[in-house]
Amino acid sequence: MIDSLRRFFAGDLWWSFRSSPIVVLAAMTTVSMVFASVFANFVAPYDIFDLTQFNLMDGLKPPFWMERGEIGFLLGTDDQGRDVLSTILYGSRVSLTVGFFSVIFAMLIGIFVGLVAGYSGGWIDAVLMRIADVQLSFPAILIALLVDGIISGLLPDQAQGELAIYVLIAAISLSFWVQYARTVRSSTMVERTKEYVQAAQVIGLPKPLILFRHILPNVMGPVLVIATIQLALAIITEATLSFLGVGVPPTSPSLGTLIRVGNDYLFSGEWWITVFPGLALVILVLAVNILGDWLRDALNPKLR
Amino acid sequence: MKLKSIIIAGMSVLALGGLALPAGAQTFKFAFQADAQSLDPHSLNETFTLGLLGNVYEGLISYDKDMNRVPTLAVGWEVLSPTKWRFDLRQGVKFQNGNDFTAEDVVFTWERMGSEGSDQKALAGLIENITIIDDYTIEIDTPIPNPTLLNDLVTMYIMDKEWAVANNATKSSSPADAGRDGSYATTNANGTGPFMVESRQPDVKTVLVRNENYWGNDSIATNVQRVEFTPVSQAATRVAALLSGQIDLVYPVPVQDWNRLGNADGVSALTGPEARTIFLGMDQARDELLYSSVKGANPFKDPRVRHAFAFAIDINAIRETIMRGAATPSGLMWAPQIQGYNAQANTPHPFNPDKARSLLADAGYPDGFTVTMDCPNDRYVNDEKICQAVAGMLAKVGVTIDLLAQPKSQYFAKVLAQGGYDTSFYLLGWTPGSMDVFNVFNNLIACRNEEGTVGGFNLGGYCNERIDELSRIIASETDVELRQAAIDEAAQILKDEAGYIPLFQQPLSWGVRDGVSVAQRADNVLDLRNVVMP
Repeated sequence: MIDSLRRFFAGDLWWSFRSSPIVVLAAMTTVSMVFASVFANFVAPYDIFDLTQFNLMDGLKPPFWMERGEIGFLLGTDDQGRDVLSTILYGSRVSLTVGFFSVIFAMLIGIFVGLVAGYSGGWIDAVLMRIADVQLSFPAILIALLVDGIISGLLPDQAQGELAIYVLIAAISLSFWVQYARTVRSSTMVERTKEYVQAAQVIGLPKPLILFRHILPNVMGPVLVIATIQLALAIITEATLSFLGVGVPPTSPSLGTLIRVGNDYLFSGEWWITVFPGLALVILVLAVNILGDWLRDALNPKLR
Repeated sequence: MKLKSIIIAGMSVLALGGLALPAGAQTFKFAFQADAQSLDPHSLNETFTLGLLGNVYEGLISYDKDMNRVPTLAVGWEVLSPTKWRFDLRQGVKFQNGNDFTAEDVVFTWERMGSEGSDQKALAGLIENITIIDDYTIEIDTPIPNPTLLNDLVTMYIMDKEWAVANNATKSSSPADAGRDGSYATTNANGTGPFMVESRQPDVKTVLVRNENYWGNDSIATNVQRVEFTPVSQAATRVAALLSGQIDLVYPVPVQDWNRLGNADGVSALTGPEARTIFLGMDQARDELLYSSVKGANPFKDPRVRHAFAFAIDINAIRETIMRGAATPSGLMWAPQIQGYNAQANTPHPFNPDKARSLLADAGYPDGFTVTMDCPNDRYVNDEKICQAVAGMLAKVGVTIDLLAQPKSQYFAKVLAQGGYDTSFYLLGWTPGSMDVFNVFNNLIACRNEEGTVGGFNLGGYCNERIDELSRIIASETDVELRQAAIDEAAQILKDEAGYIPLFQQPLSWGVRDGVSVAQRADNVLDLRNVVMP
């Protein structure tokens, strides 16, 4: 364990990380935002799900540095008297959860399809990749809207609010799996002709074992890079869907929902209800994106 | 070459645009927060739907801009006995498809309003029989003396019998059918009014054009030739469309944006008190609530629980923050503009969370309980925010609210009679179409009857026999003082039992482009007859 850590810190990756202050900053931002939202219960000044903690008469307070602002509500309050900072922390938790799990599921689907297509070849490959092509020709947000609409339509009204997060995860992962599938497929096609795979075939190992034990570890590099970049995209997609009103309900708000709700107050001058969640979203996505870009460059031998 | 063709193309587009909109063709564009539910005038008794259709269809009588009754399809009337009225109908009126308007159409309309899917059964039930004397004379019999019959007739929109028969639309469609390919009349309209439906895409756009053959074209103020109505659900988008000049009138404008409109050039906010009372209702009919953690019992059957809910709600806090002071807290289910209002009886329920907690404990719910609340999110001013605030206040006395906020199309289809009163706790607003208190009793407060002609909007099934007796007195008593005594007694019983929790009257809140003259009626109806474009 210590050995492998020492190897990591002595390696190229760490060096390239350390030598770029922007990347270090992005990593620190990402880690602290993830930390703050995972432990929102402890970090946030108020629990936004506990309705007894806020008072309607505290509604629409501006941030603390403005007139009428209170130090107890650093970034002001929304129309219901909820602390904006707390809603952002809880909101990023929903956004990150949806983003993270959709990436995981998209990755699982994509890896499976890619491995099977790349290893089998022939008509299986052709069918799977044509499906992927068709899906690639639509913007991901459209697919997500479609899936979201169909699943929500099938659910009873009562269950929709509770299951909204799962529906969102399903919708986003189903619209994002193609990139993984295509990448894994091409890497698999390269790997399958290599000698270690032929050796495994010769000793008669079953196909699933060859795929997941031998080939998979060798195609994971690019997948991790895509996953990081896709995380930012998934968060944006979730925010877009929630902003359009088909995402999570206002009772368990994500950043997108918060921006949508706050949008109603832009004209009346209560800008903080929508601007701060928007800012949080920009910072989060930017940081994750910078990390993803750096990882892509650092792992690409041609760019070294 | 390429640049040149682009310039030419651009110029021709401009020229075409200029041709399509010559000066003087008055197009009036307005936006509301949701669409009319249907074009069927009998399918949903809702102010906006009826208000929009009031430009296409007409009743025997209508309201002018000050809510005075004016003869419309009837030119005169006479009370023959307390339960018998004679109406002389207007001659020479044609429906928009060219058919003549006659007494047969009135009878047909009344029958249609009593049909299965209709949401106007309560209105149909106020009439016992209509006798045709000749083509332009009818006699209406009422089951009991009804001094406010004329007001009730305002929303009885007359439909052409021949047209309905030809298109298989003789039965009213129900709100649950809206959007489905049901009755022809939900997507087509044929009234006698000053505007005709040119095209309609539900939830997208409805275009009305002036009816050149309208019988009253000389007597209405409007110079509008074409009306484009667009539902815009996002309040901020609605206001932005007004500010950018794309739309001439939007409503409702969120109360928080009044200042913004006041400071902007070229637009202004048009505000006033509305006759609509916003209130909370509770299911008191079922033995077990449909959506609650309490099983085998219905906590709302206990008046202590209902009072506890009322004590828990701080109406003034809602008024101050969510409504920005622009609401009138109410202790009655009817507004000051309504005939039968008594200012002394209007005492809003006090706010006392400690009392609420002890009442809940007395009733056997010291730890509260969970109940689902139905709420529209595009019907009333800040409706969803009010529900959220109510949920927050009830949480403080231990009651957990699962809030189900939906667009009004889904909300009404669920909670109204046609949806089987599928609710446990809900927020609703009511403006009596007749502007008389009897309408409130007859629709909201009286016990439901099986035919659905009484208490049809009493979604929670509140029932008190003494109020029912008083309601019959209110319906027929012509002596003002005796009638007021009955109203006050019934109001007191309702308050003592907390049958409903009235919250406040919401404000009228329109945004209008300068130069466009409109009349803002207390019932929040935009009557296009009064719209004058510059």
